[in-house]
Amino acid sequence: MNALRVFMDVFVETLRDVLPIVTILVFFQFAILRRPLPQPKRMLIGFASVLLGLVLFLIGLEEALFPVGRLMAEQFTNPAFVGAAPGEAVDWQKYYWVYLFAFAIGFSTTVAEPALIAVAIKASELSNGAIGSWGLRIAVALGVATGISVGCFRIVTGIPIHYFIITGYVVVVVQTFFAPKIIVPLAYDSGGVTTSTVTVPLVAALGLGLAENVPGRSALIDGFGLIAFASLFPMMSVMAYAQMAKWRTDRSRKQENEGVMS
Amino acid sequence: MRDLAPIVGVIGFFQLAVLQQPLPNLFGLLTGLLLVLAGLTLFIQGLELGLFPLGESMAHAFARKGSVLWLIVFAFALGFGTTVAEPALIAIAEEASEIAADANVIADTEDSRDAYGLGLRLTVAFSVGAAIVIGVIRIIKGWPIHIMIAAGYILVVAMTSIAPREIIGLAYDSGGVTTSTITVPLVTALGVGLASSIKGRNPMIDGFGLIAFASLTPMVFVMLYGMMIR
Repeated sequence: MNALRVFMDVFVETLRDVLPIVTILVFFQFAILRRPLPQPKRMLIGFASVLLGLVLFLIGLEEALFPVGRLMAEQFTNPAFVGAAPGEAVDWQKYYWVYLFAFAIGFSTTVAEPALIAVAIKASELSNGAIGSWGLRIAVALGVATGISVGCFRIVTGIPIHYFIITGYVVVVVQTFFAPKIIVPLAYDSGGVTTSTVTVPLVAALGLGLAENVPGRSALIDGFGLIAFASLFPMMSVMAYAQMAKWRTDRSRKQENEGVMS
Repeated sequence: MRDLAPIVGVIGFFQLAVLQQPLPNLFGLLTGLLLVLAGLTLFIQGLELGLFPLGESMAHAFARKGSVLWLIVFAFALGFGTTVAEPALIAIAEEASEIAADANVIADTEDSRDAYGLGLRLTVAFSVGAAIVIGVIRIIKGWPIHIMIAAGYILVVAMTSIAPREIIGLAYDSGGVTTSTITVPLVTALGVGLASSIKGRNPMIDGFGLIAFASLTPMVFVMLYGMMIR
């Protein structure tokens, strides 16, 4: 019975989140565009499976992964684990397990992020497989992982966030000049899609735990900002990924040509 | 299966090897993983059947209708409507109103906190609506995205130097939380559908980028909001 109630709760909640979107879509489809849905049955089934899939996904996360993840975030940021007396300032290097954990959790949650999977499928379709969906997801996940580690370092040291973000922007703009044109819009998009259902709750728990436990930080002011890092770094990593893929194909093409010549 | 392998590995490794504690409730963990897996499979299948075709067919229909005005109204409604009720945003707006009350920017009463939180949500929702509109106009006109994004960055940096300090972290975060799991596929399909139905546009180069705008404008507008409240 309990399982059924949990299911209904999450179902109603998800339905409420989806309702505004459905209303807008229905209104424009029938009142403005005035045309019937193409293949209405198929689309209805599609919508139903998206909804049901999301509900199962959320229940699974909430029941199994989030409690463990939150508990671990608490344990890693606990002063006793870091090795400090409460209230005493700690060297930032002592938090190495936090950075490592942040990296690992950022990477693994991003790989499972449904919104990113959606964009990766579309990108792979449009590029005829030139941009592999798995490769893109790994690149984005590495970016998020790096971003969250750097963000944790910032919370520990208390360096103002805008120094990092502004530097990041400069790097992104410079990379844009060198990256293959085709990847640029996708790279910019991947900053925004990384942070949703799976990543945000765990990352927020980590940031809050860290800001509460590091002496001199306030949870309210320093707890924010990890998501910003997680949206910035994937842009860099995706462009870097495309750049490297291009170098590799350029080089193998050159070698092939040389092979023909000799 | 490989979608979840990293999470399982990370939690297992850190819990058992580093923290050296047994996994609590192993059975619950396994059931949860199975649910997550089933959910993800259904979600992806539903994307291909429902969300992607719908977004693209609507984009094509708007392009054929030829009314730019309605397209823009639709773009704004999609951005605004999906963001204003976004749970992550509601949670962040609540926290932000507490910060503002702590910093004595607003009076520390229930009413003023609620008003501040609601104002913040409307601001972010409006900015996402505006972002999708800008992005759609870009696709129609074929403007280069990197110049627009770079200009946006300059704006963000300029605003940062004059915005109140306590709003900055929040403003930067609000860019990331606005795009939910259902909005992303729809907006992506809209962009790709538009780009593929307008002559001379490449879906790969012009179709992507809507989400990038939706992550950028909230930063600007939230900082503006912080300045106006003060």
